[in-house]
Amino acid sequence: MADYDIPELNGAGYIKVPALERDTMKGKGPFMAKPEFQEALHFPDDFEPVEGGGYTLVPDWKEKALAKLDDLRHRYRSLQLYLDICVKCGACTDKCHYFIGTRDAKNMPVARQDLLRKVYRRYFTFAGKHFPRLVGAVDLTEEVVNDWYNYYHQCSQCRRCSVYCPYGIDTAEISMAAREILDTIGRGTKYNNEIIGKVFKIGNNLGLPAMALADTLEGLEEDVEDDTGIKVRFPLDEEGAEVLLITPSADFFAEPHVDGLIGYAKVFHEAGISWTLSSHASEAANFGMFIGSYENMRRIALRIREAAIRLKVRRIVFGECGHAWRVAYSFLNTLAGPFDFLDPKYPVPQHILEITWGLIQEGRLVLDKSQNDDKVLTFHDSCNVARATRMGDRPGGQFEIPRQVIRAVCNHFVDMPADTIHDATYCCGGGGGLLTDDLMELRVKGAQPRMEALKYVTEQQGVTHMAAICAICKSQFTKVIPYYGFTMDQIVSVHQLVSNAIVLKREVSVQARPDADDADDDSDDA
Amino acid sequence: MTFISILYGLLFWAATLILVIGVGRRVHLYWKVPAPLKIVTTPAPVTRSGVVWRMFKEVVFFTSLFRASKYTWVFAILFHMALWLVLLRHTRYFMDMNSFLVFMQPFGRYAGFAMLLGLTGLLGRRMLVDRVRYISAPSDFLMLLLLLSIGVSGMMMSFGVHTDIVQVKAFFHGLMTFDWQPLPGDPLLLLHLLLVAVLMIIFPISKLLHAPGVFFSPTRNQVDNPREKRHVAPWARELEREHKLYADDTPTAPVSR
Repeated sequence: MADYDIPELNGAGYIKVPALERDTMKGKGPFMAKPEFQEALHFPDDFEPVEGGGYTLVPDWKEKALAKLDDLRHRYRSLQLYLDICVKCGACTDKCHYFIGTRDAKNMPVARQDLLRKVYRRYFTFAGKHFPRLVGAVDLTEEVVNDWYNYYHQCSQCRRCSVYCPYGIDTAEISMAAREILDTIGRGTKYNNEIIGKVFKIGNNLGLPAMALADTLEGLEEDVEDDTGIKVRFPLDEEGAEVLLITPSADFFAEPHVDGLIGYAKVFHEAGISWTLSSHASEAANFGMFIGSYENMRRIALRIREAAIRLKVRRIVFGECGHAWRVAYSFLNTLAGPFDFLDPKYPVPQHILEITWGLIQEGRLVLDKSQNDDKVLTFHDSCNVARATRMGDRPGGQFEIPRQVIRAVCNHFVDMPADTIHDATYCCGGGGGLLTDDLMELRVKGAQPRMEALKYVTEQQGVTHMAAICAICKSQFTKVIPYYGFTMDQIVSVHQLVSNAIVLKREVSVQARPDADDADDDSDDA
Repeated sequence: MTFISILYGLLFWAATLILVIGVGRRVHLYWKVPAPLKIVTTPAPVTRSGVVWRMFKEVVFFTSLFRASKYTWVFAILFHMALWLVLLRHTRYFMDMNSFLVFMQPFGRYAGFAMLLGLTGLLGRRMLVDRVRYISAPSDFLMLLLLLSIGVSGMMMSFGVHTDIVQVKAFFHGLMTFDWQPLPGDPLLLLHLLLVAVLMIIFPISKLLHAPGVFFSPTRNQVDNPREKRHVAPWARELEREHKLYADDTPTAPVSR
């Protein structure tokens, strides 16, 4: 199946920390971005292809890299502080799923940080300038740049290490800064930067144009009508709707994502909440975060503000997506606020699970749990949701609300071992801008800890399916779990479970189709 | 007045200045550089007082380290807590004795053993655990050896070769009041004090900055309220004010409402 060893699972429900190895994942890193992709993101494009693949660095790359590092450490306290204060205690060394799966020393969080810290020390600290060997400072060479490119793209920015660090040092902050430095010297990734370019040009990561999106949604309306006999709407660009739904574009067609989208539509339908998608902002994902670029992240986020203004909505709701919920919950108000033009009764933005859980508590959804009786569920906490966001009013709502919704729509639910869930959750192995086929070995190996936990509950408690609330988790798992002896249909969306259980009582949508001649006047007002 | 007394007097003045100014400048930097985004590690407190409690638990009980590694936690807490007791006891050299300090003396004396035990454990871990050995630079070992040497030399004076502590107190009191007094010439004392001065001097240029730094860590000191309260860094507000997407860009018109 692959030219590398698939990690073996012990089935014991705990993770065995591997002995250290050197350079098991040394390599060229993911495919590099062409100059034109860089230019679209406002990065320098004055570098050339070289024979045998790859690209040169930009002229004066060393000065530019150091200047960028200096710039960033004066704009991000996290970077300056975290480069300074690590005491090398080792608390993080066994916490990274990529280290566990690959055993490569440079995949220990602190070792990953050190790739940049050693250069920072050499050029910006007294000790590193005068006693480099004593404090492990190194010169910035092309070899160092290659290591940066390779190993900073073996970090999914999941922040598990930051939970255990006694100072809260967050490797994601370092890897984001490193990627921005790399982007300024001609070392962007094809995967991330091409996708961001598509968002700017077309509106979503997939490059799905508005017409195709409209067709897809119409198709979904027909599918649901065939299935249930009820015209559940999937509105696009409908001005004056109550809710603007921002969801990852994978929800439009990928499995099991699309079943989640059908779930959101049924929830809105039953609750009588009018809603719309936007072709201008037809993407919840914000890969600007992955590359550490505030400006690009903000530019992507501003589309959502623009869409909300144009469509005159009153609320913004996000679909199931991990890093998108981080950018939405933690950053959207910063990047694209203030949202004083929206209905102040609701937080901006809301997560679809907050909506669904609220409706369930109010008794506004009729649910038939037995529709999910063919499954024993477990739930994968997405890293970004778990450690960088919240749902609801209370800390930890991001763990409780998804589980409460699952319990409300399923009879059989069990959790995986405690050190692999909640804020100790392991990344799926494909987050942080690494969900690309040129990093397949890394993705397979990085999934090992989660697979270990899943195997345990599968064998001990008969779990048949794992629910997720992140487009990347869902795509990653469906792709890698076959390597571990599972099947791809064992991964489900949480709103897919809701979709299965929900009993549609409302005969007619509150939103008439714009092209329908006989718009129903009796429809309830939300 | 001996040459050594003058040398050590100057050394401690210099070390104190370097420590205070160096750490002050670093803290000023951490204070000044903004955290442009809310990056608190959740679940996190939703109020300022909740954050104070979280930080208190972190710096007093090392809660995150406890979750991470029980061995490291035991050695780290032994070392740090014992260090506090030892430091508290040492304030007798800078201020008049009072009933609290008298009460503290035995605790500070015997805490020295706990401190050495903790440091030895940390050193052992650094040498024996392959992962920790890999991430250690020579300075990481030297730092532990420096602290161990300070501890051992101090304890040797407490429990073996005593020095004239009344005169030591007079020396330091003299430094504080600009009234020079001689320092006893015992080699062990001179070694102990030299190493302490070295520690003070390297504090602002080393990982010892973790002590003031932890209070500035955005993943620990931010309130989890991004939806309720807009958080914008000055340089980001500048982008907004100038209607720019990129700092070196031409302004663009915003979408009107």
